[in-house]
Amino acid sequence: MLKTFSLGGIHPAENKLSAGSPVEVLPIPAVVSVPVSQHIGAPGEPVVKKGDAVKVGQLIAKTTGFVSSNIHSPVSGIVDKVDEILDASGYKRKAIIIKTDGDVWDEHIDLSPELKRDITLSAEEIVKRIGEAGIVGLGGATFPAQVKLSPPPGKVCEVLIINGVECEPYLTSDHRLMLEKGEAMLVGVQILMKALNVNKAIIGIENNKKDAIAHIEKLAAGFTGITVQPLKVQYPQGGEKQLIDACINRQVPSGKLPIEVGAVVHNVGTAYAVYEAVQKNKPLVERIVTLTGLSVKKPGNYLVRIGTPISAIIEAAGGLPEDTGKIVGGGPMMGKALTSIEVPVTKGTSGILILPKKIASRGIVENCIRCSKCVSVCAMGLSPYLLMTLAEKAIWDMAEEEKIMDCIECGSCSYTCPSSRPLLDYIRLGKGKVGQIMRSRTK
Amino acid sequence: MTIMSVVLITIVTLAGLGAIAAVILYLASKKFQVFEDPRIDQVEEILPATNCGGCGFPGCRAFAEALVKSDDISSMNCPVGGADTMNKVAEMLGKEAGSATPMVAVVRCNGTCEHRPKLNEYQGATSCAVAASLYGGESGCSYGCLGLGDCVAACKFDAMYMDEATGLPVIIEDNCVACGACVTACPKSIIELRKKGPKGRRIFVSCINKDKGAAAKKSCAVACIGCSKCQKVCEFDAITIENNLAYIDYDKCKLCRKCPEVCPTNAIHEINFPPRKPKVEKEEPAKAPVE
Repeated sequence: MLKTFSLGGIHPAENKLSAGSPVEVLPIPAVVSVPVSQHIGAPGEPVVKKGDAVKVGQLIAKTTGFVSSNIHSPVSGIVDKVDEILDASGYKRKAIIIKTDGDVWDEHIDLSPELKRDITLSAEEIVKRIGEAGIVGLGGATFPAQVKLSPPPGKVCEVLIINGVECEPYLTSDHRLMLEKGEAMLVGVQILMKALNVNKAIIGIENNKKDAIAHIEKLAAGFTGITVQPLKVQYPQGGEKQLIDACINRQVPSGKLPIEVGAVVHNVGTAYAVYEAVQKNKPLVERIVTLTGLSVKKPGNYLVRIGTPISAIIEAAGGLPEDTGKIVGGGPMMGKALTSIEVPVTKGTSGILILPKKIASRGIVENCIRCSKCVSVCAMGLSPYLLMTLAEKAIWDMAEEEKIMDCIECGSCSYTCPSSRPLLDYIRLGKGKVGQIMRSRTK
Repeated sequence: MTIMSVVLITIVTLAGLGAIAAVILYLASKKFQVFEDPRIDQVEEILPATNCGGCGFPGCRAFAEALVKSDDISSMNCPVGGADTMNKVAEMLGKEAGSATPMVAVVRCNGTCEHRPKLNEYQGATSCAVAASLYGGESGCSYGCLGLGDCVAACKFDAMYMDEATGLPVIIEDNCVACGACVTACPKSIIELRKKGPKGRRIFVSCINKDKGAAAKKSCAVACIGCSKCQKVCEFDAITIENNLAYIDYDKCKLCRKCPEVCPTNAIHEINFPPRKPKVEKEEPAKAPVE
């Protein structure tokens, strides 16, 4: 039997419509809007101003803290303005708007297509380069990658786990990346192994991507220390803690990071970006985005420059279907409905999902019938029905005792609730409040 | 043993035990006695017992304690009881009561359905706090009222309701005690406590949109666009413009009614004033429709 994580989980319809579509390069848009806050942590500080000429890969916003990230120009052209624009957060936030003019890359970037396998940099240099290149977790969490590569003193990493699970229904960007850029991705894994000083890496891939498992297994034979771990299809296996449980059967204690059990997890997309940054000196200026949906004419995977409005991808995929009810940034489980199709693609945009009207609406909220389905599917062993009530009634101390902060916001509880209760909505609110209280306590 | 003696022994034993316990309790009560000022109870009697927290203390009891302990109570105020209650308390304690101005909550958003076109539809949990954590709101204005009624739910005095037609909360002035519960509940900080003003008359900017003029106007017809016309017309320096938004200082405002007249978007509201005298005809068409 295939391995999977031990607690809870669901298996929604996979709907991997675009799994067979090779990655297409999307034309560079006339204008890009690059938000300065594309990652978890402090927003970047713009280092360009109106009228400046920029090249592709040039630094345009610099990191402002330990948990923060550099941002590079995804196009060459002239900075039009630094203004507030509506982004995927649903709010207006600061962004650098650049008018495109040709496609001139920074001269330090190696654009040759040859694979470069020899890793010449030292571990410290690698971490530094990754930080400079503005690489963040590309699975969607957008946590600055260099932070995860700098384990706190006293903690030792024993194994690197690479997340090729892509457990979100519909999304296929990681799947296509493994098929098309597998070898470069594996070099990226080797780089990460060197940076962390480990000799073992496990790539976890769900069994609904048999072609990717076979392909990566074949390629991994040419690398030392990398193994592929096929996994049973179960959501939310892509969660860091679930993946560690599934791959090496270790449980990360409540409130702790994976390094506590000697593991560090990175996404396959991140590994590929690391390869490009370290071997080719190419910062993170583009990513693969899946554009999909049951009503979409041409669901596919697109290589998109950061800052491209999502309307451009929708256009490439055959336009916005008539009966569109909702456009989601990300997958159907953890993604977030967007308020405009002009919001830009950011480092964390793994997919755009277009839902037709008939499946876009939420059900009518009814009373909790105490069926405990939410409890049985919770992959963190929490009691979502209780956490929701506590958040609704603002009983923060008890919510903290009930480990509300452990919630990974996978949405399995809301998905499974027969009364369509907005469980995760309130839990997320509670997490925000309890987090605030906890932070004020430590200050 | 006769029945009588059994009864007798029982009575004697229990009485003895009772006496011993009484002595212990008496000694313990002397030893561990906590002196509590009897005036705290008396003050608490006077307070309205609503436990609303409007005074800044967790409940009326805590406020009573603070009143008894503080030497100067002139800066303390019970918004529910008002001057009457505070005078009674001051008289009882032999202290000087302050003269707190009566306040009232005002909703600084006038983005009704007709003024503020809906761009999307929210289907999440019916809670402003949840909605605000997700996005800016159903209209293009990310500062405006979300209309899900967290403020109404927080009000303990039946002083608020949601107007179905406008989608905005309405404050019933007579019931509002200015406890500030709605101010805290609103995730967008739209509600403000302002001076009730003479005869309830007051003027305020009913908008908190900080976008630039064009963007603000595009998302809502009655938004403050920060044009500073009101600032120029004000003779008392009561109006400040910051981040494209006008704010009227209620301590400086003399209620001259000049600023509402010049506001191009009708974002400045005047409340409880007698109707204006009929104007000269030429000004009529310039006036935007009033709902």
